[in-house]
Amino acid sequence: MNETASHTIQLIPRPGQHDGEGARVAEAARRHLHLLTGHVQTSAVYTVRYPLTAAQLESFAAQCLQDPLLNDAALDQWAVGPEFKSFILVAKGPGVTDDEGTSAQNALQDFLGLELDIRTQHIFSKRLYLLENELPETDLRRLAEELLGNKLINRFVVGHTAQGIRDFTPQPGGGADSTTHTIRLENLTDAELLQLSKENVYALNLEEMRAIRDYYYAPATQISRAEAGLTPDPTDCELEILAQTWSEHCKHKEFAAVIRYRNAVTGEEKEVDGLFKTYIKGATSEVDRLLRANGNDWLIKVFSDNAGAVRINKDSLFVWKVETHNSPSAIDPYGGAITGILGNNRDPLATGIGGARLLFNTNVLCFGPPNWSGPLLTGQLHPRRVFEGVRKGIEDGGNKSGVPTVNGAIVFDERYRGKPLVYCGTGAVLPMQLAGQDAWEKKIDAGDRIIMAGGRVGKDGIHGATFSSIELDEAAPATAVQIGSPITQKLAMDFLLLATRRGLIKCSTDNGAGGLSSSVGELAGISGGATVELEKVPLKYPGLRPWEIFLSESQERFTLVVEPSKLAELNALAAEMEVELSDIGQFTDNGRLDVTFDGQPVASLSLEFLHEGVPRKVLDAEWHLPTLHEPKLPASLDATGLLLKLLGALNICSREAVIRQYDHEVKGRTVVKPLMGRTGQAPQDAAVVQFNFESWEGVAVSNGILPRYGDIDPYQMSAGAFDEAVRQIISVGGKLPNLTPGDGIFWSVNDNFCVPDSVYDPVTNPDGKQKLAALVQLCEALRDMCVAYHIPLTSGKDSMKNDFKADGQKISVPPTVLYSMTALMPDVRRAVTSDFKAAGDVVYLLGDTYDELGGSELYHLFGELGQNVPLVRPEEAKELYQKVGEAHEQNLILSCHDLSDGGLAVAVAESLFGDDSLGAELTLEGELPALTELFSESHSRFVATVAPEDVVAFEALMASRATRLGIVTDGGRLVIRHQDKTVVDAATADLREAWTNGPVNRVMAGEELTLQA
Amino acid sequence: MSNQAENLTTQMADSTAAEQRNNEQRVHALVLTGFGINCEEELAAAYRLAGGAATIVHFNEVLGGQTSIHDYDVLNFPGGFSFGDDLGSGVVMANKVRFRKLPSGRTLLEEIGAFIKAGGYVVGICNGFQMLVKMGLLPDFAGQQEREVTLTHNASGRYEDRWVRLAVNPNNRSPFLKGLTSLEVPVRHGEGRLVIRDEAIRSRILAEGLNCLTYCDSTGCETELYPLNPNGAELNCAGLTDTTGHVFGLMPHPEAFLSLYNHPDWARRKRLDPNASEEGDGLKLFRNIVEHISQSRAAQPAVAAPNEVSL
Repeated sequence: MNETASHTIQLIPRPGQHDGEGARVAEAARRHLHLLTGHVQTSAVYTVRYPLTAAQLESFAAQCLQDPLLNDAALDQWAVGPEFKSFILVAKGPGVTDDEGTSAQNALQDFLGLELDIRTQHIFSKRLYLLENELPETDLRRLAEELLGNKLINRFVVGHTAQGIRDFTPQPGGGADSTTHTIRLENLTDAELLQLSKENVYALNLEEMRAIRDYYYAPATQISRAEAGLTPDPTDCELEILAQTWSEHCKHKEFAAVIRYRNAVTGEEKEVDGLFKTYIKGATSEVDRLLRANGNDWLIKVFSDNAGAVRINKDSLFVWKVETHNSPSAIDPYGGAITGILGNNRDPLATGIGGARLLFNTNVLCFGPPNWSGPLLTGQLHPRRVFEGVRKGIEDGGNKSGVPTVNGAIVFDERYRGKPLVYCGTGAVLPMQLAGQDAWEKKIDAGDRIIMAGGRVGKDGIHGATFSSIELDEAAPATAVQIGSPITQKLAMDFLLLATRRGLIKCSTDNGAGGLSSSVGELAGISGGATVELEKVPLKYPGLRPWEIFLSESQERFTLVVEPSKLAELNALAAEMEVELSDIGQFTDNGRLDVTFDGQPVASLSLEFLHEGVPRKVLDAEWHLPTLHEPKLPASLDATGLLLKLLGALNICSREAVIRQYDHEVKGRTVVKPLMGRTGQAPQDAAVVQFNFESWEGVAVSNGILPRYGDIDPYQMSAGAFDEAVRQIISVGGKLPNLTPGDGIFWSVNDNFCVPDSVYDPVTNPDGKQKLAALVQLCEALRDMCVAYHIPLTSGKDSMKNDFKADGQKISVPPTVLYSMTALMPDVRRAVTSDFKAAGDVVYLLGDTYDELGGSELYHLFGELGQNVPLVRPEEAKELYQKVGEAHEQNLILSCHDLSDGGLAVAVAESLFGDDSLGAELTLEGELPALTELFSESHSRFVATVAPEDVVAFEALMASRATRLGIVTDGGRLVIRHQDKTVVDAATADLREAWTNGPVNRVMAGEELTLQA
Repeated sequence: MSNQAENLTTQMADSTAAEQRNNEQRVHALVLTGFGINCEEELAAAYRLAGGAATIVHFNEVLGGQTSIHDYDVLNFPGGFSFGDDLGSGVVMANKVRFRKLPSGRTLLEEIGAFIKAGGYVVGICNGFQMLVKMGLLPDFAGQQEREVTLTHNASGRYEDRWVRLAVNPNNRSPFLKGLTSLEVPVRHGEGRLVIRDEAIRSRILAEGLNCLTYCDSTGCETELYPLNPNGAELNCAGLTDTTGHVFGLMPHPEAFLSLYNHPDWARRKRLDPNASEEGDGLKLFRNIVEHISQSRAAQPAVAAPNEVSL
């Protein structure tokens, strides 16, 4: 390609056409950066590096790029109106995914009717912003970096138009580089080993580095390497593979570690033989036993694949996976979130044989407050930016893939301002059988081909697995960032769906963290070995070294296992569906992972050492009671005012502006959506999604997360989060599992732990033992809850280093756990929504209220934490859930809303948000003080309504577990009395206004919030 | 390759051989997919629930000539994000239709022209509507497939998913809308703002009743107020037909309201009227077209329906 044959096409808004983006940039610059830009004009710019004639260029621009109603095109010259004094050009950095450029390449190919090389970048998309005011270059750069792009992804050129517009177009990396280096470990001192680990982002500790050194220089290894013609020292690729495979991200070393636990409060001491084995796998084994003993055998595949699988009916499986993508989202919120959601989609897609149909996405996000006004450390992005970027990533990841985002949550806490938490969940349906094979099985034999499908490989995302296994600091590697390409993945997904149904694929896995190294390394464990020929891996651009090709985390790729006899048919299908396939090697059974480049060995590792050689960690945990007290609130508090304040609190207020930007109903099967009712604004508990159009079977989906309670009691925080997710499903009409023999009511739960560094170090992590003890308690509660409710865990993930370090400071997340639950809904038409339906219906509180304001939103209003954290009482809760299930069965409940943040008062108010004309007249007869009755966050409670004609039957069924509070009225007011006094009296419309006009919707509208909105 | 093509078609429709045979008698919809289209399943379900048949095929099957649009009664461009909305929503796909040559030597756009002339129906929903507009098929007063209107970024600058109410233009020309005065449907788009090239086009659209669907308030009155008009479209227009009534495009998603349980307020409505129909407003459009084509066939037995020609 002649590099000088480069053309530029600039599309400028036509006079009179509204330039919405320009106006928004000007407004955001004023609000957030206090920069006055004057009028801003935006143009799309395409740099074309195909050799085109002037006529071709002109007609391509006119026919394919320009919308004749909206814009004018300038060719090979910059169109700059005389009123514009400054410019900012935003280009993508070298190797960064450029979907828009690729789409333009597709368009050009169709337009010319020629076969072009469209797999590598020849058209580069950019944006040019012209500003009316002449701003100093420093301000222009700030505007560029803080509003228009991310310096890890983009290249910015800024300046003044009087000096002419300067351009930037990425030049791909240099020539091919097939060199493999060896790295001498022999006789290295401990300090040198650690230095090597740090410099290369291996993220391995001293013991692990020593284990590698000792393995290599053991006589047996030396002899076998010499016999195989390998170098005595490890190659760069071998060390990279080991570092990736042994990374915390991939190996979960801390969840596998031996933990010496001591509870200084109770004096209890014990040794935990691995958190995963003891509490997570242990809980599911116990639950599976309980289920099978009762004829419920729907638990099909747990922990051993990319996602967990349970049986829906004789024909299909439900596949469920939730992951986190925290570190990438901290440094590149948009890219981190979109690759998070797309990467998580690939897990169910590549479970078993592969080819599940994606049904829905969920997301739970933890951010610092968007109105944060404190200092930012070097490299730390403002929480508002993180929020907006992540939200946009979720939007594009879900919407552009055609997967509805049906449920989620946003939690704000200052401690998430260093590292946000981005949990992405995906549910899918897989046929029980694909082309006559059990779809959940992964079978591989020696001789099967290794086929890479989907995107190409570049330098993006190198070291993602190891990078996410260490604390984040100001020197985060730029290559750890990837940009997702929903369209590439959509093509691969459509292809996988067909190829698996035709029996062309034996099994599949996704390329996520660790790239080919991880996917092939894991699959090789099934057949007993693999050989990969790296020169056959297609690259986005030349210049990658062999180890980089093997470790790259370039997105949208699957590794397929294909029998040689099926290759021709598979290739034909892929060609037809425009998916690139590459045959990059084969599976073997010689016990080794062999990697070559042009026939030369790049790596050769024993699978046994690779998968089993990592030394087991031994960690110390010690629990001390935090200093806590119950606050004394002023006696004369006005409960109505408090309720209005709570409805506008960050963690309670409406998320409507966020929710509406996610497509929550594509596929046409979302029966309980995030917001419902006549107003379309009443918040719901769990989502309910129908599986298909042929039956009314579906699934309920919920999330439980309560990080603040952990500051008081980690065990109760974990138990509470679990109960919260369970009761949301009960609320919409779900039933607990295993209540009757062989009822087939499946539940499938993912646990996702995100904790700060919990490994004790006297200098860098002096409270590490306390943090680890907290983690042990989270796990203990999880086990107890699973067994109490007979609910199994099917998959999950832990993220262990959620700390941001810079400028000598550390910001750590609070220990956080998310339980993402799904359960069968045999008939979605019987789902129950949260909103009150009609005047005259009778309102009940289900469950019991205790003096449990510790960790509550009410205390948080006063800057207090408190001590009396809500306790889960699993036996009472289970009995109640059983009764609620029976009431649902008899169609007695017309609305049901679970009580959580803000307690009864907030739940009742939210139940009115479906219809402003409705109100409620309620009386609280309880003995607790009014504020406790109204705002205590005791678990396992609901507010429900019942038709007047069903009251007798309902009360007979519920007995003491239901407390009649009053009735729904048509007066549009919420009135609550307590011990003969009116404590809450407010118009429904005013309550809804306080909630919808809360800080989240205002941030989304671009408002700059003042402190503590 | 052709064997494979059939296989592809059959598999994507997830239908059995028995269903296929049965389908031969029914009104048959061709639903395109691929390249980021993502509402094909519910759109196919809409035709099936309405008593018709639907076959989902990959766009390349049609461009490659393995599937002929002339074998079907209704050609459907579903919603989605074809090519990620890069270069403007629907543009890259419209580009394929306009420029790629089929084995027949004609472009798909030319084939569609012939399909319409022969009495076939073309519908585009959301991204499909955007494609039809960018192909120049709507409204196409000049008959030259030039862009007379366009669809671009919502005035809000945002993608939004929300339910709207539409008033049906009593002078509309689409059999999809027969007997309807208003309906509720979700919109789910970021580029749904209709922009009309000039006053002359605007006047003709109004005069000829091509603006078949209009955003309205709960009383059925046309409105430009956000979010009732969610995107700031000119004429508050949510859908267009061509002058023949055979080409119909709309931004909202009728295929997303096939059952009562799709509506955000279904639970309250069911409480107030326990005998409420379990069908959604959106299904009515598909019942209409299936019925219309069936009746046309019955009325003109001499003229075989397009799908029977090929058999």
